[in-house]
Amino acid sequence: MAELTMIEAIRTALSRAMEEDPDVIIFGEDVGIDGGVFRATDGLFQHFGSSRVRDTPLSEALIAGMAVGAAAHGLRPVAEIQFSGFIYPTLDQLANHASRLRNRTRGRLTCPMVLRAPYGGGIKAPEHHSESIEAMLAHIPGLRVVIPSTPARAYGLLLAAIRDPDPVVFLEPKRLYRSTSEAVEDTGEALPLDKAFVLQEGTDLTIVAWGAMIKGATEATLQLAESGISVDLIDLATLKPIDRATIRASVEKTGRCVIVHEAPLTAGLGAEISADLAEHCLTSLLAPIKRVAGYDTVMPYLRLEAHYMPDTAHIIDAARNVMEFS
Amino acid sequence: MPTRSAGFQINCSAFLDAVGKPIGDLPKFARNKDILVALYSAMVKTRTFDSKAIALQRTGQLGTYASSLGQEAIGVGVASAMTDDDVFVPSFREHGAQLWRGVSLEELFLYWGGDERGNDFAKSRQDFPVCIPVASQFPHAAGVALAKVQKGDPGAAVVVAGDGATSKGDFYEAMNVVGAWNLPVVFVINNNQWAISVPREGQTAAKTLAQKAIACGIPGEQVDGNDVIAVQAIISRALTRARAGKGGMLIECLSYRLGDHTTADDASRYREDAEVSAHWQLEPLIRLRNHLVATHGWTKEDEQLLLRTCKKEVEAATDTYLATAPEPARAMFDTLFAKAPADVAALFEEVGNG
Ligand SMILES: Cc1ncc(C[n+]2csc(CCOP(=O)(O)OP(=O)(O)O)c2C)c(N)n1
Ligand SMILES: [Mg+2]
Repeated sequence: MAELTMIEAIRTALSRAMEEDPDVIIFGEDVGIDGGVFRATDGLFQHFGSSRVRDTPLSEALIAGMAVGAAAHGLRPVAEIQFSGFIYPTLDQLANHASRLRNRTRGRLTCPMVLRAPYGGGIKAPEHHSESIEAMLAHIPGLRVVIPSTPARAYGLLLAAIRDPDPVVFLEPKRLYRSTSEAVEDTGEALPLDKAFVLQEGTDLTIVAWGAMIKGATEATLQLAESGISVDLIDLATLKPIDRATIRASVEKTGRCVIVHEAPLTAGLGAEISADLAEHCLTSLLAPIKRVAGYDTVMPYLRLEAHYMPDTAHIIDAARNVMEFS
Repeated sequence: MPTRSAGFQINCSAFLDAVGKPIGDLPKFARNKDILVALYSAMVKTRTFDSKAIALQRTGQLGTYASSLGQEAIGVGVASAMTDDDVFVPSFREHGAQLWRGVSLEELFLYWGGDERGNDFAKSRQDFPVCIPVASQFPHAAGVALAKVQKGDPGAAVVVAGDGATSKGDFYEAMNVVGAWNLPVVFVINNNQWAISVPREGQTAAKTLAQKAIACGIPGEQVDGNDVIAVQAIISRALTRARAGKGGMLIECLSYRLGDHTTADDASRYREDAEVSAHWQLEPLIRLRNHLVATHGWTKEDEQLLLRTCKKEVEAATDTYLATAPEPARAMFDTLFAKAPADVAALFEEVGNG
């Protein structure tokens, strides 16, 4: 079985989806001969040709809106926004059209499109290249928002996103693109959307995280185990819709919860998860829920970036704090 | 320094003058009485629908409504040039086009009455519903055209928006890719001279809106948008080009918004009655009627019968619309996704089936 990095797994999934469905096409900035600035589409232009892998003009609102039109008329566009910092012009199309088309035509026109974008911090990128914008997108009804955390899950979730009959925003933690590799078999098997992954079962504490934060959360889980704290570790993966059942079941078992995200604290998805637990699992809770999140500030440029990013130490601190509560 | 000039010119075409006298030779289709009567009837039906919609809104039986008064020749002219292979991507003011395409009066009333089922057209199911966020429909047309090219489907996308819409980036972005990729899209601007209270001159210093096409490498032309013959002729020409793989085109239809922007607007706050009355002299129905009378023996009786028929149709559709019960509350979520995820499924329980 091949050892793939996340970027390779994404490329493998794209290639697979294009092989199996001639309606799948890719477009975006520099996705063609250049293979995308992160090389997610490397070789696809050469293999599938210039009509199925298209370099668009530099035109984000167009990219999203054209995807809507194409999806409504029989294609399965996988559009790329070069960096999540440039996703804002697409919000109009995502919120006003992609997410609403099926509903406002009562099922007559649909929008099976995927909008991919490299996402998050941690690679010392230029300004405007490192923001975490998932909450903004997750607030849009009718849209699915997915963030993978490993090569294998990136492969399976991207296949699922492309095959899904509704629009999906697929945010790829660029910090994880090449940081590790793992065995990924190109079986064409998708992973379920709308389902969180329980990465490790434990009894004392639930940690919910996603994307690049899974790395720190996994590391924290190992270190906490050494001091006898058993963690139920959940990779949320699909951020909208949230798999509330899995989180609730876990917290009903452990009674304690730490939520980790890279995005700023206020109005982040941690707030939603935390509110959901307060509403549904109050009697199971043994300690206040704790959020480990980015600061409520502008994403710092590369010199201060490390200070912004939640890391293993922050997660362990929060976990201990929650465990010590009585 | 020696320079080279990339000059351009913008043509404006018309076939009937304001009183319905032909300006030069009419195109072949416009010498056929049946075709002209069909175009005229469609415009009269559109106007009949329009006044009923306003009356219903005034009596609390319809939501905010955007009248197409005075601009009927654009919608009817555009749609009558299209075929079933084409896809219509409208703004919110092209009722005439929608009706011609096969959207029913009942569906239009339902939609403007606040019921999404009005967008679930029984006919012309490939067409987009009206687009409320101004100009955001332009990229959809590019996407539709891309799908056609990719799948080898015949036809083109025809997208309509107003003069105000040409100030938005989406307009330029879509026209730009249509030029760069040679996509079959016909861009139609209903230049009714106003975007709510902002006059045409307030949108741009460009002398014409049609010339905006030049920057995207596609042809742009103006047409008398109150002359349904001219509109159909030029859209047909643009569609023929597009279908032949020659790419997109921009058509600026010159017209005038005789009514308020919508039923929520009071245009007397920002424009003079005199300006409006002057434009009543140019409106599209009179000139075609005059032409029918002068050239094709259209009689008072023909006219009366047409008005009665339109009225009857519109009244019947009104009755059907008013007798249509709202959907159950769960319809809010029924078609949100192909298959409701758990959190949406939970909402069904919350609102029940009522
Ligand atoms: C993006 C956007 N901005 C503002 C509005 C509010 N609005 C609705 S119609 C309109 C004017 C549109 O003018 P024009 O494009 O000329 O079309 P017309 O209404 O004259 O047909 C405005 C400002 C809107 N619907 N969408
Ligand atoms: Mg206008």
